[in-house]
Amino acid sequence: MLRRQFIGMAFALVAGLGLAAPQAQAAERFIIVQSTTSTANSGLLDAILPAFTDKTGIEVRVVAVGTGQAIKNATNGDGDVLLVHAKSAEEKFVAEGWGVERFNVMYNDFVVVGPAADPAGIKGSADVVAAMKKIAAAGAPFASRGDDSGTHKAELKLWKEAGVDVAAASGGWYRETGSGMGATLNAGVGMGAYVLTDRATWISFGNKGDFGVAVEGDQRLFNQYGVILVNPQKHPNVKAGDGQAFIDWLTGPEGQKAIAGFTIEGQQLFFPNAARKPAVQG
Amino acid sequence: MQDFTEPFSLALRLILAGDAELLGIVLLSLRVSLSAVLIAALIGMPLGAVLAVGRFPGRAALVVTVNALMGLPPVVVGLVIYLLLSNAGPLGVLQLLYTPTAMIIAQVVLVTPIIAALSRQVIEDLNGEYAEQLRSLGVSRVASVPTLLWDGRYSLMTAFLAGFGRAIAEVGAVIIVGGNINHVTRVMTTTIALETSKGNLALALALGIILVAIAIAVNAAVGLMRGSERQVAHA
Repeated sequence: MLRRQFIGMAFALVAGLGLAAPQAQAAERFIIVQSTTSTANSGLLDAILPAFTDKTGIEVRVVAVGTGQAIKNATNGDGDVLLVHAKSAEEKFVAEGWGVERFNVMYNDFVVVGPAADPAGIKGSADVVAAMKKIAAAGAPFASRGDDSGTHKAELKLWKEAGVDVAAASGGWYRETGSGMGATLNAGVGMGAYVLTDRATWISFGNKGDFGVAVEGDQRLFNQYGVILVNPQKHPNVKAGDGQAFIDWLTGPEGQKAIAGFTIEGQQLFFPNAARKPAVQG
Repeated sequence: MQDFTEPFSLALRLILAGDAELLGIVLLSLRVSLSAVLIAALIGMPLGAVLAVGRFPGRAALVVTVNALMGLPPVVVGLVIYLLLSNAGPLGVLQLLYTPTAMIIAQVVLVTPIIAALSRQVIEDLNGEYAEQLRSLGVSRVASVPTLLWDGRYSLMTAFLAGFGRAIAEVGAVIIVGGNINHVTRVMTTTIALETSKGNLALALALGIILVAIAIAVNAAVGLMRGSERQVAHA
């Protein structure tokens, strides 16, 4: 008698919280988009997705991880659409048959942010390669993503152009956090290290400390985003129709207008360019 | 110098505002972790009891293994469950990845060893007191398990709460198998991780304070349940 009452109480507690709810959700119409932290953390997707859902009835579930992980997840078929920013990796994804076709969506740019003290003396520079040479020469701390993300790939490319062997400096002035953009910015601000970040994440970042943009405006800091439907022939679970509807919307006039209309503190964070090929490649 | 008063006032304001978004996140956290702990208890407590009273070859090795598994890293559990539930994995057909169910599964794996190991200790101690009496009544080892579990229920509550503490606090497993999808699989800990990565440190800390408050409330509720039942039992 007592025992039953006791166990009954415990079960009532969980039942009250709706243990059965996951089944109800499975019936809804949704797609999963594997995307990057910059698009989600900046608030872009939260801002533009409701319009798509209202129009089509398709809910968009966003998994925001680094570009490297997003591509791996999509390769495993754990997502219907891939929205990332590492063009060569995206093209490889399509060439290997994991994705159907790649479309340009939008671009923004990378910036190098650093402490007010500016130990490498690069503030105001528009030549990112020269600035990175100066950071290396000064041995000024630099915090890298170190996580195979799109931003990390872009950063490694710039070090290569600067002729700096960062592997040799790893653990010294070159510090790989192995985490997301926000976590790396937190670490960079905490230890006074320069960081290469996409501008969208930087503008919306809430823990800037005395940091500001040190280098910007170099063509080599161009950051292109692309969208790809995961290949339903590789993964039959892919919701090809709904996924393609999302891609069509995102690269069509409504989606492009929504992207252009997204601002934080009056600044536009992403610039739609689905209609044309990128002028420069980042 | 960091201002530590802001997170507290922010936490208080968030609670008082009764924000629907926050409430949804809190309820999902509770649903996932309480479900996981209940399932883990249903597996772990009998398992612990069998380990306590059973005499079979390999028992000592099993006890060491279960004890060691208390230290399973959540990220590793998340990764293994991800690989199993992934569309490229053996259980992909179930379509459970990025659902609360996947999060419950991951937490069950994390919590079961904790509950089993602590239950084993409780039951072993209890068995030391009762064994002779039970044997004299002709009760076999296996048959004594339900009695021991029932008589040890107050002490086993601690095992339950230890499991709950682990489940509600972990972020490594649920962020991988749940994906931290807004309104679907976003729980307290993944929200805290997200706000930290956005640099909203005060908000992240405020959410942390709320999480601790919830944990205290759950512990208090279990304490009350225990207290009221004891009164009934002695009446």
